[in-house]
Amino acid sequence: MTKVSMTVNGRTVSGEVEGRTLLSAFLREGLGLTGTHVGCDTSQCGACVVHVDGKAVKSCTVFALDVAEADVRTIEGMANPDGSLGPLQQAFQDHHGLQCGFCTPGMVMSAAALLADNPRPSEADVRHYLDGNICRCTGYHNIVKAVLAASGQDVSAVAAE
Amino acid sequence: MHNFDFIKPASIADAVKALSSDGAQALSGGQTLLPTMKQRLAAPAVLVSLTGIAEMKGVCRGDGGLHVGAATTHAIVAKEAAAHYPALAALAGGIGDPAVRNRGTIGGSIANNDPAACYPAGVLGSGATVVTNKRKIAADDFFQGLFSTALEEGEIVTEVRFPIPEKAAYVKFQQPASRFALTGVFVAKSGSGVRVAVTGAGQGGVFRWTEAEAALARSFTPGAIGGLSVSPGDMISDLHGSAAYRANLVKVLTGRAVAAAG
Amino acid sequence: MPKDHGIGASSKRREDIRFLTGRGVYTDDMNLHGQTFAVFVRSQVAHGRIGKIDTAAAAAMPGVLAVFTGEDFKDVGGNPAGWLINSRDGTPMREPKRPVLAHGKVRHVGDAYAAVVAETYAQAKDAAEQLAADSDIEELPAIIDMAAALANPSNRVHDEIPDNQCYDWGWIEDNRATVDAAIKAAPHVTTLELVNNRLVPNAMEPRASIGEYFPGTGDYKLTTTSQNPHLTRLLVAAFVLGIPENKLTVVAPDVGGGFGSKIYHYGEEAVVLAAAKKLARPVRWTAERSESFLSDAHGRDHVTKIELACEKDGTFIAFRTETMANVGAYLSNFATVTPTFLHGTLMAGPYKVPNVYVNVKTVFTNTAPVDAYRGAGRPEATYSLERVIDKMCRELGLDPFEVRRKNFITTDMYPYTTPVGLIYDTGNYHATLDKAMQIGDVAGFEARRAASAKRGKLRGMGLSTWIEACGIAPSHLVGVLGARVGLYDAATVRVNATGNISVMTGAHSHGQGHETVFAQIVADKLGVPEASVEIVHGDTSKIPFGMGSYGSRSLAVCGVAVTKAIDKIVAKGKKIAAHMLEAAEEDITFENGRFSVAGTDRAKTFAEIAFSAYVPHNYPLETLEPGLEETAFYDPANFTYPAGAYICEVEVDAETGKVDVVAFHCADDFGNIMNPMVVEGQVHGGVGQGIGQALCENTTYDQTGQLLTGSYMDYAMPRADDVPFYNVDYSCQTPCTHNPLGVKGCGEAGAIGSPPAVVNAVIDALHRGGHTHVKHIDMPVSPSRVWQAIHG
Repeated sequence: MTKVSMTVNGRTVSGEVEGRTLLSAFLREGLGLTGTHVGCDTSQCGACVVHVDGKAVKSCTVFALDVAEADVRTIEGMANPDGSLGPLQQAFQDHHGLQCGFCTPGMVMSAAALLADNPRPSEADVRHYLDGNICRCTGYHNIVKAVLAASGQDVSAVAAE
Repeated sequence: MHNFDFIKPASIADAVKALSSDGAQALSGGQTLLPTMKQRLAAPAVLVSLTGIAEMKGVCRGDGGLHVGAATTHAIVAKEAAAHYPALAALAGGIGDPAVRNRGTIGGSIANNDPAACYPAGVLGSGATVVTNKRKIAADDFFQGLFSTALEEGEIVTEVRFPIPEKAAYVKFQQPASRFALTGVFVAKSGSGVRVAVTGAGQGGVFRWTEAEAALARSFTPGAIGGLSVSPGDMISDLHGSAAYRANLVKVLTGRAVAAAG
Repeated sequence: MPKDHGIGASSKRREDIRFLTGRGVYTDDMNLHGQTFAVFVRSQVAHGRIGKIDTAAAAAMPGVLAVFTGEDFKDVGGNPAGWLINSRDGTPMREPKRPVLAHGKVRHVGDAYAAVVAETYAQAKDAAEQLAADSDIEELPAIIDMAAALANPSNRVHDEIPDNQCYDWGWIEDNRATVDAAIKAAPHVTTLELVNNRLVPNAMEPRASIGEYFPGTGDYKLTTTSQNPHLTRLLVAAFVLGIPENKLTVVAPDVGGGFGSKIYHYGEEAVVLAAAKKLARPVRWTAERSESFLSDAHGRDHVTKIELACEKDGTFIAFRTETMANVGAYLSNFATVTPTFLHGTLMAGPYKVPNVYVNVKTVFTNTAPVDAYRGAGRPEATYSLERVIDKMCRELGLDPFEVRRKNFITTDMYPYTTPVGLIYDTGNYHATLDKAMQIGDVAGFEARRAASAKRGKLRGMGLSTWIEACGIAPSHLVGVLGARVGLYDAATVRVNATGNISVMTGAHSHGQGHETVFAQIVADKLGVPEASVEIVHGDTSKIPFGMGSYGSRSLAVCGVAVTKAIDKIVAKGKKIAAHMLEAAEEDITFENGRFSVAGTDRAKTFAEIAFSAYVPHNYPLETLEPGLEETAFYDPANFTYPAGAYICEVEVDAETGKVDVVAFHCADDFGNIMNPMVVEGQVHGGVGQGIGQALCENTTYDQTGQLLTGSYMDYAMPRADDVPFYNVDYSCQTPCTHNPLGVKGCGEAGAIGSPPAVVNAVIDALHRGGHTHVKHIDMPVSPSRVWQAIHG
């Protein structure tokens, strides 16, 4: 076992891990941050997406030791300081951008990374950027709508596309 | 996955040293290696991460071209190569998905030489030079078949040097599940001629379509390859597409790449 | 003005708060003191005889606590089939035992035949690898192809079943000769052979189960990814392990999607319970995605020949189908009803066709079990019908919209008895078709086609009209048809002393939004704020009983149970109010949360009545019990029949065969709508899955029974950039006539109606592009298949 430390949601944390311990496992089992989900074993589904040093990564495809000392942000770190939903989270609720909730943390983290890069994405930009996040419930309609809305764009015409 | 010792050196020299131990394997972005290890299809005793080596990262203009550090992520190439070599940047920006692009690296991709990966087409199509800790290898010599390269035991890719062509484009047709290239074609036109590199389609991995190169050297237009055909005999056939289908894609995508290159 | 609360309002989902902040609690999120980890050893071969399994080496490995094989469970019960189907000749179906762990033979790749429990997951995984190496399994020839399975009696999935056939079902057998004669005499017959492709449901949360045993009391607890915790408890208790039902609690906490695959009881649940008892420690198991592919119940997998007989003007005379339906290696709980009563009974569609006959032969193969997946039988029926109608229209040069219109049941015909045994209570198929044509701007198609052509794309438009039967019931009828369970549901409404309300529902939410929508109904009916109503689901220790959520039944069955319980609450409240207000009970009215004496201003609030029920100082104790809690079981009088019309537009790239869905329009009749936002979301999701079935999803076994599409690297599901925004309309509403909410169900609609619309659109695009030789392409209509079809 090796000691690893990093910053998670603004807090310095550390723990004992093996070489093979994935970042997703360290977050879920080591830190109890179970909002980050694991939905596949081939790095496709995106339920595990978190931010490492501001970039979206699939936490099931990164070793914890490889991101030692990094700044990690998870879904648990996305709410406002008072615990209320952050603007992107609020857009997901307002536009029914989630159903079972399992893909949601990864979807929100990917969408947040998109908006950081591209504050006013087109529909095509959103769909393309979310290519690595699989949702089985929503048919993506309301996810795309929520992300567009979170970027401040008028989505009132979307439903009557 | 089986356990291993994890080492993260800060220099190429230390990495090479670490890789000399028994059962050691290099880890770059890990976007292919980790899933493989999860399936227990790879079980290194020592994993040497190359992600902490500053001298292997970055995109810069160099002698006659663009130098890309082997540990540079696809996302960085997509961004930083855009002003210098848009076709290469676009290729990098179309690999996998954003999260994969934030970890996956050019060195990891070409060292793995997956027959459906995008980078081998870009490197071969550009006629790039692969720089390792030991030597410089021409792209034509580097790729040696499915998951096989000229790399020797313990040798690591440190940089890839791309000559910048006059015109180039990469067109990829996605395999619908994996989003790898069902077929992808990189076309580059430069003073020394035209190169057409094809990934995803050939049984032997990435290859150059030399008949198309000759035809396009005479006339760099989509119509120039109209009379050519690709032999299905050399193509991959799987549940996502027959050999004949891939042979068709090679031709269609080559034409589209030429059109896109302008 | 849209409502802002209660029935009909698009109330935001309260459950979203925890899901959006990472505070949902799914089974794998639990972390229990003393927990241990189970890993299953799964067959690498499709068919094999189990020889010696040497457990010694695995058992001796570090951290290993227990090893189980099929031997350990050979004397306990099997996981039963939930529905007995009789063959045409009256003989009952063949029903092989489905053991907890494979015993004697393994019958599909992924069939679990042993399990290891260890202190850590990695240790269990290592020992499972060892155990696999120490298992002697003699590979037998695999039975994969259904026709070959039926034709080759010497090679058997189950040694006691000679022809690998579960049953040969005819519906309605007595009508067979009449239908045959009608087809023979018909002026035109269109025949189509098609495949309804096998799908893997792929809920994003993999299956997971945790077994616990409490030695002090002898109680068991199973926490599991279930759509249907009471059924799991019943099956484990009564059939599999013999644990008394009152000693077993089954909890289905937050569940990350189901789509059918989590209705059923699986062997892993029994193993973690048995192991928990043996070790007196919690035993947990979470599927890796690759295990899910191999061991979750798959869906669809029909091979069908359908014949449509009609007049030259397109008036339907008869439909006749012959289907082979794959059930895989074992009978999953509802595998036998899905291709029969959920399929054959829908084969009249929304049409007034006089003659219909359906034959289904169900076949065992060395593949994963196949069971209900979103729509379950109804998508198969709809696809067969809507594809053959489309083909007939091309053969006779008829307009596909007009042909549907001509054949629809009309509004003056309800209740309408179909030739396949259903009684449609209400509907208006012309209205939904008109609406779809309007929102889909059918008139403007030619201009859009021309614009696509300019971009080098072939554009096509496809129509499908669909009907389904939701809320399977009534129990006495399904009992006659072979169901081994009742199909009612239950709810308890508990008004607490302080006036807030807990509602315990038998329906389980795994994405549907029950916590919000059921609260809307309760709040509306009782005139209280939604926020004062809490919905409790997914815990057998808290809920009276339930049959879970599937088949678009939650609202139409459990939702009605909730309203029935509310009716009882109101009735009791009136008695209390009459006493308190010194009025006659029949003079008390209840409206907007107030019990009033009619014609006076004397009234008591709902909260005052609730308080009085629990603090009964001024209360008719001699005639009325204190407390305010009521339970209702509701067994519907009939199915509900949602229906609709879908129009899809595609662009086809003829050079690569790639199909893009560029527009999708849905006009549905779901009866009354409780929460429009949730309804739209359900339709979106169903359409997304239907587009997936139509264009990319496929489950492929090779001839040795290896699953070639066993991960997301090869099993293609739609991503965000594969689909457009969908245009969803539900303004055509004919309320269900036999439930008090007038609701019909909307969860499966999209998955039922969309696949034929997509495929019809592709064929249309190819025909308009001059490729008129293409009569049909089997799903998934992948680029390579389209290209192949174009090029012969």
